Amino acid sequence: MIIVFALFLLTLLVITALAIVRSENLFVSVMLLSIFSLLMAANFFILDAADVALTEAAVGAGVTTVIFLSALALTTEREKQQATAQHVALGSVCILAALIIYATFDKPRLGDPEAPVHQHVAPWYLEMTPEHIDIPNVVTAVLGSYRGYDTLGEVFVVFTACIGVLFILGVRPPEQSAKRTAESGGLRHHLIPQVVGRLLIPFIILFGLYVQFHGEYGPGGGFQAGAIIATGVILYALLEGEGAALAAIPRPVLLGLVVGGALLFGAVGIACMLMGGAFLDYSVLSADPVLGQQLGIIIIEAGVGMAVCGALLSIFHAFAARESQP
Amino acid sequence: MKLLELLGYYNYWVFAITLMIGLYTVISKDNLIKKLIGLSIFQSAVFLMYITMDKVEGGTAPILKAGVEDQIYSNPLPQVLILTAIVVGVSTLALGLAIIVRINECYGTIEEHEILDAD
Amino acid sequence: MIDFAIDALSWILLTLGGVCVLIGGIGALRLPNLYTRIHAASLTDTMATLLIFTGIMLQAGFTLASLKLLAIMVFLLLTGPTATYALANAALLSGLKPDAATITSKVTGGSNG
Repeated sequence: MIIVFALFLLTLLVITALAIVRSENLFVSVMLLSIFSLLMAANFFILDAADVALTEAAVGAGVTTVIFLSALALTTEREKQQATAQHVALGSVCILAALIIYATFDKPRLGDPEAPVHQHVAPWYLEMTPEHIDIPNVVTAVLGSYRGYDTLGEVFVVFTACIGVLFILGVRPPEQSAKRTAESGGLRHHLIPQVVGRLLIPFIILFGLYVQFHGEYGPGGGFQAGAIIATGVILYALLEGEGAALAAIPRPVLLGLVVGGALLFGAVGIACMLMGGAFLDYSVLSADPVLGQQLGIIIIEAGVGMAVCGALLSIFHAFAARESQP
Repeated sequence: MKLLELLGYYNYWVFAITLMIGLYTVISKDNLIKKLIGLSIFQSAVFLMYITMDKVEGGTAPILKAGVEDQIYSNPLPQVLILTAIVVGVSTLALGLAIIVRINECYGTIEEHEILDAD
Repeated sequence: MIDFAIDALSWILLTLGGVCVLIGGIGALRLPNLYTRIHAASLTDTMATLLIFTGIMLQAGFTLASLKLLAIMVFLLLTGPTATYALANAALLSGLKPDAATITSKVTGGSNG
């Protein structure tokens, strides 16, 4: 029965992708892209990937849309007509699609337990997690401990993107900055969104903290929590004006969050080395190795959450503060 | 039985079609923001393929249930890789959009052929 | 017996919720202009939220999952009408006038805020 639902969602995915390509109004395309991300999150959930569904919904359908809309506000809204018809591109894309579909017939059937991807490492992770780390969420265990290097690299990618955006968009003529933050009043004249928003923002941030600390017991973790908390603060910035949000959480604090999160992750690794183990080997963090692993995972998830939250907020403020050129 | 097997491949076909839609948008549209939207669709299609590979028949999400023996779990490894990939994707998207905003300020347009003509 | 009654009730509620969403979708496609479409989509959405979530909560019983579903339902009931207000307000502020043939009350449609 669930297969009918899954087929329906997948077909909706293709229809939405076609609608995104065919529409000329960029605003419509961005809104459809957020619907596409939400459908993708529903698909991930049907395929038993709860963590990934949460991340795609929070990051893809939430933050990506906000960043796209801020970029759209600074550039044009409508795409210009194509001068030349794109027959060559269409033809080659169709041939590639046929080739890929032909190649997928060799793939293992969906859900086959004998598929090569389910041998070797994955059953070892599922078996050894209660023994080594003893937390229920295997994805967090693999992300934080068994594959901790990848997560460290990812935190540094987020950090690099944040400072890249700040370098590219951070330069702004000084006399426009004071005028800009003074006149952006947000949605203060609209009563209903303000009241509802003020009611919901504490709960959004509370939910973000819940997701952060329950990442070991259910779907959740640092990335989702950082995105959710950043969304709450962005909602506040949209309602009260960007100046009020900057007064609440100033730029140095945001930069401190980003840098602090990345450094916290690295510091845990170095602390493990100083205590006698390898880099990012959390077993040496306390007398009981299992407790050491759990301690290590909690600290690095906090570092990841701080870094992602600070980075997304810095990027949003960088876009929102840029005055659009006439 | 054959029909059910064919339906099992539906995920992969949707992946192929969505991948090609994204690729077509990147290579054929002139507007830079449209290209980035196509790149985002392309990335999401790749995520779909990876997560399709992780499903095990009769399995559930890989969150260990205490006290239940013989429970089949789906594969946690592709999920970890895709978690990383989603966040990296949004980082590159933000950086790309920042560059587009600066291009718009320098050239006054974000249509590719007009930018190439202006150079 | 009571299990059967709960199952039947949740079946009815979920089906009614689905029918509401379908009607809302048809209305959003067939009605003439934006303001009438907002009516169709938002009213049916709120009703369907109530029906579908009550149906699922009946299935979940008296557990923590039920409480979480209740929280999600309250969240959706708060944000759905707010989004509708924001959409209609944005349309009005950007100059889209309600079609004169679809105004039924004597109050003119040009109010502010």
